[in-house]
Amino acid sequence: MSAVLDPHGHVAGEHGHDDHAHGHPHGWRRWVYATNHKDIGTLYLLFSFTMFMVGGVLALLIRAELFEPGLQIVNPQLFNQLTTMHGLIMVFGAIMPAFVGFANWMIPMQIGAADMAFARMNNLSFWLLIPAALMLVSSFFMPGGAPAAGWTLYAPLTLQMGPSMDAGIFAMHILGASSIMGSINIIVTILNMRAPGMTLMKMPMFCWTWLITAYLLIAVMPVLAGAITMTLTDRHFGTSFFTPAGGGDPVMYQHIFWFFGHPEVYIMILPAFGIISHIVPAFARKRLFGYTSMVYATSSIAILSFIVWAHHMFTTGMPVTGQLFFMYATMLIAVPTGVKVFNWIATMWRGSMSFETPMLFAVGFIFVFTMGGFTGLILSVAPVDIQLQDTYYVVAHFHYVLVAGSLYAMFAGFYYWAPKWTGVMYNETRGKIHFWASLIFFNVTFFPMHFLGLAGMPRRYADYPMQFTDFNMLASIGAFGFGLSQVYFFFFVALPCMRGKGAPAPQKPWEAAEGLEWELPSPAPFHTFETPPKLNASATKILA
Amino acid sequence: MSRFDVNFETETTMMKMMKSLGQKVGQLSLTLGALLATSAALAVNDLPGGPAVNQLDLHPPVTKIAHEQQWLHNFMMILCIVIFVAVFGVMFYSVFKHRKSKGHKASNFHESVKVEIAWTIVPFIIVIFMALPATKTIVAMKDTSAADLTIKATGIQWKWGYDYLKGEGEGIGFVSTLDVNQRALSDSGKPAGDDYLLKVDNPLVVPVNKKVRVITTANDVIHAFMVPSFGIKQDAIPGFVRDTWFRAEKTGDFYGQCAELCGKEHAYMPIHVKVVSAEDYTKWVDGKKKEAAAKADDPNKVWVQADLIARGGKVYSANCAACHQPNGKGGGPIKPLDGSPVVQDADKGKQIHVVLTGQNNGAMPSWKQLSDTEIAAVITYTKNNWSNKTGQTVQPTDVAAARK
Repeated sequence: MSAVLDPHGHVAGEHGHDDHAHGHPHGWRRWVYATNHKDIGTLYLLFSFTMFMVGGVLALLIRAELFEPGLQIVNPQLFNQLTTMHGLIMVFGAIMPAFVGFANWMIPMQIGAADMAFARMNNLSFWLLIPAALMLVSSFFMPGGAPAAGWTLYAPLTLQMGPSMDAGIFAMHILGASSIMGSINIIVTILNMRAPGMTLMKMPMFCWTWLITAYLLIAVMPVLAGAITMTLTDRHFGTSFFTPAGGGDPVMYQHIFWFFGHPEVYIMILPAFGIISHIVPAFARKRLFGYTSMVYATSSIAILSFIVWAHHMFTTGMPVTGQLFFMYATMLIAVPTGVKVFNWIATMWRGSMSFETPMLFAVGFIFVFTMGGFTGLILSVAPVDIQLQDTYYVVAHFHYVLVAGSLYAMFAGFYYWAPKWTGVMYNETRGKIHFWASLIFFNVTFFPMHFLGLAGMPRRYADYPMQFTDFNMLASIGAFGFGLSQVYFFFFVALPCMRGKGAPAPQKPWEAAEGLEWELPSPAPFHTFETPPKLNASATKILA
Repeated sequence: MSRFDVNFETETTMMKMMKSLGQKVGQLSLTLGALLATSAALAVNDLPGGPAVNQLDLHPPVTKIAHEQQWLHNFMMILCIVIFVAVFGVMFYSVFKHRKSKGHKASNFHESVKVEIAWTIVPFIIVIFMALPATKTIVAMKDTSAADLTIKATGIQWKWGYDYLKGEGEGIGFVSTLDVNQRALSDSGKPAGDDYLLKVDNPLVVPVNKKVRVITTANDVIHAFMVPSFGIKQDAIPGFVRDTWFRAEKTGDFYGQCAELCGKEHAYMPIHVKVVSAEDYTKWVDGKKKEAAAKADDPNKVWVQADLIARGGKVYSANCAACHQPNGKGGGPIKPLDGSPVVQDADKGKQIHVVLTGQNNGAMPSWKQLSDTEIAAVITYTKNNWSNKTGQTVQPTDVAAARK
């Protein structure tokens, strides 16, 4: 069976595979006891989309409050809770698990493996997310409300928070444990379970980017765990890591947090680079221009991501040498990122392109993500950052790279691979409506924020001077449009696919798509590659 | 130097262009807003020194650093736009020309070490070219030496405390909070006024064309002292001091807001700096001094112990309790006062000396900026509080004698 949520286990246009012979559990047991990478992938994707909707509702509450100056809907305390939880839920509940969902579905199919290396750990790493998410969301109903210290949880403000802060910290620990397990699973699967003949340098780009991401996760999730554990002991056990009264240093928290936080940014974008690197060649009908340089560029970005963290802290008052070092290192990241963009464009150059929805999202990604990249470059210049730090310019910047970056890439990936997952083609017109609506509303929402930031409107403000009204109204209107576009996506694109409604998908819906996943029937059978396939020289096709 | 002069012209014309553009965009979005049946007819004007209506660029700079920041921003932005247009010109050319629907056949070229090296080296050189002018500004920004006036800005949930530490006006100190009516306006949901959320009771007053060093610290959580027109933003960190500086080239009112999330009322602790001429500044200082003198204690008064202890309790919670704790036990490297041999010592001079000069390389700072009466009161308080029952009384005259 595939990802189709059909209680009877049948799909229109079955290719005649009878997977029931293996006696896997049905009904709720199929999901709770899931050890199949495809089922777990589906669970991850559904979970992350749910969290994306929850985080989206919080974002719309924020935008509704900011529609005009003055307080109309929420009080400032609740406002801070909304911004904090929007950030935490989107980062840890939506984007990260969604990419793990893609990894679960695609990595075994792309490398010709039967499943993930540790099937039961895979189950655990998914099901840990549920209590963590429940705890995070329920913190709104705890005494004093949800954590309100910003998603970065800066000390010593965290020390003033109510009991929900502890719930939040515990939830983050669980999410971190889940991420680490997922990463170990991915690394072991990729390194040990590739089909014979698929050397590392023949591996699909998505596997490469996830391999690197998984190492980043293992390196930095424990650092986050350390930072929030120190916060916890400061709160309850009389330590003073971050309390100046006891000789602690609040800025140390920021160093530790951003040592996690900056690689985290790349954790959220590298798999997106991988997805785009599959889609652009498939729709340009031309090979990826520089596979090797893409691998090297991804690795360089990952390595550089460890030495740039303090550019988030230019206003803390670093010494000159510190500011210079972190400015130079940050600017350096533009080089490998540029290499990736140039490679995608060179792949498109003199191709034979067609623009189905996956390609639209991929081109949209390259275009809008690069705008976020350029504002990042502007922010890396420390004297300019002094003006823009903690203003809406930063908010615009990171939404350009996270929404137009990570999220668009995931939509591109969904449209690209959903036929394989569900066995039906999505509705192309609806896909295009979803793309154009998302693109337009995204820019209406976030482009004016650049101006607000330049004019000095600080972020995380429940109320603002009258001069900022028009751009805030515009942003709020765009935000509601963007939110509705995603609801449209769920009900009119994703749900019909999951129900198996639509034209049956051919084995390879995209004529120039390459990779082992397209050697499998659509929908992909419940078990695939139970015996290692024999591959051709480029490791993209199975030899009969 | 000349670079900034040359660019100044273009900057101003650019700013004008942007402003008119901003008004057009603003009108458009205002119409949109009206269409969506918003209640307010939001009549608002530009606030000189604060935000302009639908401002599209950084604030008009009034310090050299802010000029340089604006130049750097324009320089970066123009460079980025040129690269963006070039790169995406190529991409969109390809998108429109190399389509399957137009019958374009795919070529099959890939992997070129030469090309890869080229598009690694060229951006690398561009990045170096971008970093060079920024370096100079960073060094200038960080040079807080030789200040004419030093002011400490203390972030307090949710207001700013200003203390003039050195230079003309030394000794002046006051707290600056948001105008109370404005907080009520915010709650009402129907605000008005060009200086909405930016109006304070006591603005920070500084002289024009003088180098003002701002030392930032905080009492509770991290705040950030920001004045966009001066190009400064410096976190105010509890338990630590950081500094920044500005030399305002124009008189007038300049506004900023707290720029680091500091809790519930984060949006309600604005910064208002009034830059005045040297003469006006002297007049203001004299006024403040007279005001302070009227309120000040007579340093020769002989106090009864109970009054001193009561006064000392207040001084203690305002200045000492953050480190030594309200219970006098200290914590970590902070020494306890409760049971301290120095505090209990029969020789009052020992504690007076520590309070006036500090100890342990400034871990215990010097408190000589407090008045004789305040120091006498706080010492008397610590000598007769918790388990310290010395019965000693320190009079302001004792402190005055020790200062010599």
